[in-house]
Amino acid sequence: MATPLSLKELSKKEDRLTSGHRMCSGCGAPTVVKMVMLATDYPVIASNATGCLEVSTCIQQFTSWNIPWIHNAFENAAATLSGVETMYRSLKKQGKIDQEIKFIAFGGDGGTYDIGLQSLSGAMERGHDMIYVCYDNGAYMNTGIQRSSATPLGADTTTCPVGSANPGKVQERKDLTRIMAAHGIPYVAQASPSNWADLMKKVRKAHEIKGPKFLNIIAPCNRGWRSKTDDAITLSRIAVDTCYWPLFEIENGVTKITYKPKEKKPLVDFLKPQGRFKHLFAPENEWLLQKAQEVVDRNWDRLLREEEFTAPKSE
Amino acid sequence: MPKIVAVTGNEAVAEALRQVNPDVCAAYPITPQTDIMQRFSSFAANGKVKTEMILVESEHSAMSACVGASAAGGRVITATSSQGLALMWEILWIASGDRLPIVMPLVNRALSAPINIHGDHSDGMGARDCGWIQLWSENAQEAYDNTIQAFRIAEHLDIRLPAMVCMDGFIISHSITRMEYLEDEKVKSFVGEFKTLNPLLDIEKPVSYGPLILTDYYMEYRKAHEHVMSKVPGVVKQVADEFEKMTGRKYGLFETYRLDDAEVGIVVLNSAAGTTKDVIDEYRAKGIKAGLLKPRLFRPFPYAEVGDALKHLKAVCVLDRADAFGGSFGPLFMDIASSLYIQDKKPLMFNRIYGLGGRDYMPDQAEHVLNELVETAKTGKVQSVKEYIGVRE
Repeated sequence: MATPLSLKELSKKEDRLTSGHRMCSGCGAPTVVKMVMLATDYPVIASNATGCLEVSTCIQQFTSWNIPWIHNAFENAAATLSGVETMYRSLKKQGKIDQEIKFIAFGGDGGTYDIGLQSLSGAMERGHDMIYVCYDNGAYMNTGIQRSSATPLGADTTTCPVGSANPGKVQERKDLTRIMAAHGIPYVAQASPSNWADLMKKVRKAHEIKGPKFLNIIAPCNRGWRSKTDDAITLSRIAVDTCYWPLFEIENGVTKITYKPKEKKPLVDFLKPQGRFKHLFAPENEWLLQKAQEVVDRNWDRLLREEEFTAPKSE
Repeated sequence: MPKIVAVTGNEAVAEALRQVNPDVCAAYPITPQTDIMQRFSSFAANGKVKTEMILVESEHSAMSACVGASAAGGRVITATSSQGLALMWEILWIASGDRLPIVMPLVNRALSAPINIHGDHSDGMGARDCGWIQLWSENAQEAYDNTIQAFRIAEHLDIRLPAMVCMDGFIISHSITRMEYLEDEKVKSFVGEFKTLNPLLDIEKPVSYGPLILTDYYMEYRKAHEHVMSKVPGVVKQVADEFEKMTGRKYGLFETYRLDDAEVGIVVLNSAAGTTKDVIDEYRAKGIKAGLLKPRLFRPFPYAEVGDALKHLKAVCVLDRADAFGGSFGPLFMDIASSLYIQDKKPLMFNRIYGLGGRDYMPDQAEHVLNELVETAKTGKVQSVKEYIGVRE
């Protein structure tokens, strides 16, 4: 029986990513991982791309993982887990294993949107029964805040630094969630730790669907975002309420927005508390601020229409 | 009874893999290896093996999936050539560092650029130092026998290292030759059941693979790897002895041909050894005491034993089917020179680069080298330490 999604019941569950790891205080990623793991009532094996989560949770003889865990390299968490899952199927077919085991890969946005995209695409296309979770903090935070294709428009990073000739990142984010949906896999969703019940329901749902699943989860990084250390959940909530990070799922081609803010907040509410966007509030960058809002509006509008368009026809 | 067949090298290796019947195979096409994975896929598609296939989107993912599958706990294979091995390079080190006994036939092919699909040893040499075991094979029979033995060596509980089995692209992979297949049952019992060690799939005993290890302990892990590699030659010999009992075919760390009483010798890997042996016979008939040494276990390299086998010669030529640009000499030459450096008495040595990009190695090239060896032995002088042969000026 699945653990009820109540804080009281969930708090009784054993942590699968235990405390004592070395992630920065206030980091959103371990919270995301803990939520994913708390929502998982099955025996589970995880793979982990190189990145903050990996280097901080398994150092030498110490590991924070009390589940089987494998880190291979930066770009291949999906391919690696596809190997683990295939061995599981092989041994199960041979009658050497009878337990039901689930498989989850974790990667940051650098390891997923950029260097690991091919490995992820291949694993999804092949149909392995696994969930890939991208914890998206919008840059290569582990190596020191370099821009990735997930970095939002206008952000100041160490490889697109704001300078006299450059206003920060001049490109829009790659829409990875939609790219994964275009693979035609059975389940794709976007989630946020601010909406924990929504996040955990999505993990639960993904586990019950056979085949490849992809979850993109926002994970604020106070170092890279230059925000307060106790703001990870607040900022991810504002990201959702501004529709910068909409919560939705695409199940067998049907798009459903799982949370619609009563009042869509202006994007500046999300940008203002973050030092990486400070320069956007200078008069000469007003155009960029406007463009950033336009991008959010355009994507949100498109998502609303997509929900309508893909809804099953009523009889 | 063993079956006498006329097959290509690729066909022979695919047959060995079928008989071993691994749990998981990651496959990706690349010339001249494609044929192996194509044949193996057909075995899987027709229920001739229990293997689950992972039809990956690159060699990088092939090796990545092999690492995952092997760590999960089972017998795992893939195969590659040239650019494919180059693309895997990053993960080769992880497979060996995690001590995963993956077996991979490597059908040797030149590296780009210029792009060339034919056989030379640049690919294998590029993966020389990545902590894998390398067995090199002269012909289809050796490639078949080495493939079967590779599982025993790689999976040995004192070793647990990945192994690649090399054979020359096209020259061996695509030429038909007479050879012997063993009976399925014999291969099965020779290779035995796979023994798991710290498998990820043991949910009751969770393990973490691939930790971060920095300045405080990294070096100890590297030393441990070197220590494990030092045990490989002993296991290779032990497995070869058992194999000889079953088949009558003798294998060691390397093969010597008319070397014991020789005065001059050639050291060469893989298919060119066959041609060279024929020419050595002709020279022997003329009264010239020539011999040959063909490395089989190239990594770890049995320095002491090789040096011991060559030290009595007056002159040695090392033939390299790859160059190590900027390193002055071919990779095999450097290993042979290292082997002889520790000996009190050393032959004169020179290095000839031949057969790059699949250029034919013809008897006249062996003759040219032997003539030079005789002259070197006579005069006590090396004319030129390194030259390319069979090349336009």
